[in-house]
Amino acid sequence: MAGSTRGSGIAEPARWGTLRRAAAARLAPFGAAVLLLAVLGAVFAPVVSPHDPLKQDLDRALARPGRAHLLGTDNVGRDVLSRVIWGTRVSLVAGFGSVAIAMVAGGLLGLLAGYAGGRVDGLVMRLMDAVLSFPPLVLALALGAVLGAGLTGVVIALGVVYTPTFARLMRGQVLTITAREYVDAARALGAPGWRIAWAHVLPNATAPIVVQASLSVAFAILAEASLSFLGLGIQPPAASWGSMINAGRGYLQQAPWIVFGPGAALFVTVVGLNFVGDAVRDALDPRLRV
Amino acid sequence: MGRLLLRRLVATIPVLLLVTAGVFALIHLTPGDPIDAMMAESVDDTVKRELRRDLGLDRPLYLQYATWMGRLLQGDLGRSIRNREPVIENVGRRIKPSLQLAGLAMGIALLVATPIGILSAARRNSAVDRVGTSFALFGICMPNFLIALILIFVFGVKLRWLPISGYVDPLEEPLDGLRSLTLPAITLGLALAAVITRTLRSSMLEALSEDYIRTARAKGLSDGAVVRRHALKNALIPVVTVIGLQLGTLIGGAVITEYVFALPGVGRLVVDAVFARDYPLVQGVVLLIAVGFILSNLVVDLLYGWIDPRIRHR
Repeated sequence: MAGSTRGSGIAEPARWGTLRRAAAARLAPFGAAVLLLAVLGAVFAPVVSPHDPLKQDLDRALARPGRAHLLGTDNVGRDVLSRVIWGTRVSLVAGFGSVAIAMVAGGLLGLLAGYAGGRVDGLVMRLMDAVLSFPPLVLALALGAVLGAGLTGVVIALGVVYTPTFARLMRGQVLTITAREYVDAARALGAPGWRIAWAHVLPNATAPIVVQASLSVAFAILAEASLSFLGLGIQPPAASWGSMINAGRGYLQQAPWIVFGPGAALFVTVVGLNFVGDAVRDALDPRLRV
Repeated sequence: MGRLLLRRLVATIPVLLLVTAGVFALIHLTPGDPIDAMMAESVDDTVKRELRRDLGLDRPLYLQYATWMGRLLQGDLGRSIRNREPVIENVGRRIKPSLQLAGLAMGIALLVATPIGILSAARRNSAVDRVGTSFALFGICMPNFLIALILIFVFGVKLRWLPISGYVDPLEEPLDGLRSLTLPAITLGLALAAVITRTLRSSMLEALSEDYIRTARAKGLSDGAVVRRHALKNALIPVVTVIGLQLGTLIGGAVITEYVFALPGVGRLVVDAVFARDYPLVQGVVLLIAVGFILSNLVVDLLYGWIDPRIRHR
């Protein structure tokens, strides 16, 4: 396959070469460490969080960060660190879940548009243009409003918001690839359309999609936090970084740690994911390097 | 230019139609009965029936859409079910703070991003460049609401220099008005500044590696003159594009910023309408925002064609 896509800029290099290049990026190890830590925190939240994230202890409300509570407690005495750790789950599920939805839906729509061409192409792409006509957060808010507050609604809403990016990217790839000689050859050999799309076009079009996905996860996490901050995401008392920050803003003077604990977790995770995304981009598609 | 405008306008029509269909469909995406979702359970059945008839929800879907579109074309965006006022009046009351906020934020973003972007590129890999790129990364990864809370914490809570919420119209009381908009505008402007800095830096770097720059240097021009007279003009073209692309982020950011600082703008109106489950108001405001967004993008496209003649003739 590497040979077949040469010159398209999306050639699939040997797997180890790709990994080496990704790791060689300056800040990639930091990003990878952050991502690993976040994933471990999310998976092992019940084991690693020092306290029950929902247990209230009014006697210890607004306690400063200290030995008993490393990041302090909130206004009803819940341990901020434990809630931050549990919040990682929500952030990662929202980030990866919505991008996965967008990648599959957008990828399939782009494949359909690019491969079928004509009216189907026109209809699908105008539909995508229509979705892009809404400011992302406003669209997510409106969809979240009708789908109802909660993680599922937010993941679907963000999935819809990010779908057009993947559809456009996939369509562009498909148009480039279907003009190549090996696709002509497959056609001449009598391969059916679905087989050409599945076996020849799709595998060669995935690299930019993966790059886009790795860059989108960080933004999806930010978007989920924004929606939770506004009150649309996962509902209290369950912990999510955005809703914790919103709940803590009333106590900014007495207990800034309620805001800055989850705030720091959010910022570091997004920075780390950005580094990982950049590294994946540099490894898979060096032409896109800024 | 006329042809470009016409082409872009014609291309906008099907998208606008799909946008209206999408906004119309919003109310029907509600799981269960939208009337039950909008009204509390305790509300009398007659009131519910009246609202259902008012919104036309008791009629076939295609008739509902036709009526809704007919009203839309006459400028009737519907009424809020909470305050019974037309959507357009609700938005009209809120548009001024939003425009003032967006204008100020854009001004701050350009004021911050232009020198940082230019210096970063002109002194590539220097300490200045590292500070510049770190600033860009910080601004891109930092959510608006967190920037807002940090600013509130430092300038409102600790230093007590600026108000942390509320709105005073700067056209009526310039000093207090500007004070009330300073923190929100910095919040919104910083994220934008980060993206502009990043774009300006990379487009300046590209421009600086062109042959005409080498020629200008060979002629003996100073570094400053090369940057000012030759590189900057060409580097600004992608910046205009990116500002256009960032309009959506700007509007989204305005929603959050207005919410945090309790500014009575259109963004705050959307959030309030969503939580009041005032679907007709949500539909109307979202549609207006989308149309505004499409038209602003159209203007940016045309501006791009005006700045770069190569686009016009493509």
